[in-house]
Amino acid sequence: MLHRGMVKLIIGIMMLSYATNLFIFLIARITRGVPAIIGQTEEKLIPPYADPIPQALILTAIVIGFGIQAFAIVLIRKVYKVTGTSDMGMLNSSEKVD
Amino acid sequence: MNIAIVLTITIPLFSAIAMLAAWNRTRLQVVIGGISTLSYLASTIWLLVVVKVNGIQLLNVGNWPKGFGIMLVADPMSSLYLVLCAFMALMAYWYALSYIKSKTSLSLFLPVFFSLIFGLSGTFLAGDLFNLYVWFEVMLVSSFVLFTIGANRQQLEGSLKYVAINVLSSTFFLVGIGLIYGLTGHLNMAYIAKTLPLVSNQQLPSIAATFFFISFGIKAAIFPLFFWLPATYHTAPIGLTALVVAMLTKVGIYALTRFFTIVYPLQGTFLQTIMLILAALTMVIGVLGAAAQVDFRKILSFHIVSQIGYMVMGLAIYTPLAISGALFFVVHNVLVKTNLFFIAGSVYRISGSYKLKELGGVIQQAPWLALLFAISAFSLTGIPPLSGFWGKYLLARSGFEEGSSLVVGVTAISLMVSLLTLFSMTKIWNEVFWKPNPAGEQSKLTLVSLMKTQPGMMLSILTISLLVLAISFAPESLINWCNDSISFILERNGYIDSVIGYKN
Repeated sequence: MLHRGMVKLIIGIMMLSYATNLFIFLIARITRGVPAIIGQTEEKLIPPYADPIPQALILTAIVIGFGIQAFAIVLIRKVYKVTGTSDMGMLNSSEKVD
Repeated sequence: MNIAIVLTITIPLFSAIAMLAAWNRTRLQVVIGGISTLSYLASTIWLLVVVKVNGIQLLNVGNWPKGFGIMLVADPMSSLYLVLCAFMALMAYWYALSYIKSKTSLSLFLPVFFSLIFGLSGTFLAGDLFNLYVWFEVMLVSSFVLFTIGANRQQLEGSLKYVAINVLSSTFFLVGIGLIYGLTGHLNMAYIAKTLPLVSNQQLPSIAATFFFISFGIKAAIFPLFFWLPATYHTAPIGLTALVVAMLTKVGIYALTRFFTIVYPLQGTFLQTIMLILAALTMVIGVLGAAAQVDFRKILSFHIVSQIGYMVMGLAIYTPLAISGALFFVVHNVLVKTNLFFIAGSVYRISGSYKLKELGGVIQQAPWLALLFAISAFSLTGIPPLSGFWGKYLLARSGFEEGSSLVVGVTAISLMVSLLTLFSMTKIWNEVFWKPNPAGEQSKLTLVSLMKTQPGMMLSILTISLLVLAISFAPESLINWCNDSISFILERNGYIDSVIGYKN
């Protein structure tokens, strides 16, 4: 995200949100090959199992992240069209004291 | 089922949908908007009254077993914020109707405006951290669109930075949520508050709290995370972004107050000292930044940053009086600051510029506008008996009462910053209103002719000014409400027990 190119900014944003999603995924203490399903003869879940709630959270976060990325991509395209540059360092007309 | 809570969420949602359905039929859209802003205000006031009579209101969405589903919570603080938000939405709506001339812009503006209100009311009602994140995103995406309508060069450049920094802020928020969930197994704030002290490694909650602090700090524009604000707030037409300018940073303050009282009490943690120092820096750097600017709206934008410092200071002092002073200050600041932005837009309509160099003679041209500016500017500076004085008085008194040398130092700085605020306001006054117009003598506009040329704009400016005067001369009931809501939050058990003991 620290790169001055706008496209790389978007890639940075994507990587960052993927990393966050993975982090939440790991918080669920994932297990291998054991689904979090209560069997017919059981009263409650028997460990070891992976907590399903973080996976639901990630699903929401992915959708939101997708929306924001789509908006950001359209935005940088428009910025490129209007300003004719993809260098973030050149985009400071809104901060100048005039 | 709690009808008042349901209404505050559904009215803006259904209006946004209706606005989309009525696309390009501007007159129909305007009528729908008028009805729904008014009924939204009515429903929030109803909620406030219900909260006042019956105490905290809860809604367990979808009737899931307790602690699993989403819970909407309306306590005194959130109902106050909701009424404030609904009032500002009504004002911003009137203002926008007479400000936005192009039909396409208006048609585009209205659905997004209502989805912004939808996000805002959800944010104030969320009782669950992940739900809070989702509402934040609803609000942010709407504000992204509002900042980019029109798409001139400055707007696009400003909003690119705005989008980038907000994505970063959301990421920090999510990481914090992940950590908290991993530690406690809960997302509901009351349940987290109950289980967080039981966590064996007490370093980890502090790390999570730091993530939340950074995330909310970006939203609230605290030093050193505020640079997006002066880069974006002045770029878009004020009619479009009035509600964003009014409410967005205060949402950050709301989230900070909620998190650092209920979930993770700030008292005695390392973050308290950091927050105090950052509050002082925010105040000073905001006001110095404003002193360097020569554009009406840029000066006001930097002042938002400076005022945020006061609110964070109130939270960081962490006595009941200080936090309720900060809450009072939020109400005062939303009204006064938005009014100043509105007046800047109105002056722009008259003279076609925001640059101090090109402006002048407004006191000759439109004496009423000058009077209204003076009320808000004096109030912002904190000259008695206007509302800013009460806010600053509460904060200063609580700071000096608390008595530790750091707190007293920061409070003293806050009083010095008031003087510098006066300096900026005098600068605007001299340049925009007092000095002769560089373009020569202009014909005089009376209040009636102003009302004719910009009816909605003047109506909203007048209404806000009247409300500011009302708060100035009768601040008691508002101060009492702030005190009650903060003592309710600080007591914590009232909130936690009523959420945990809730029965479907």
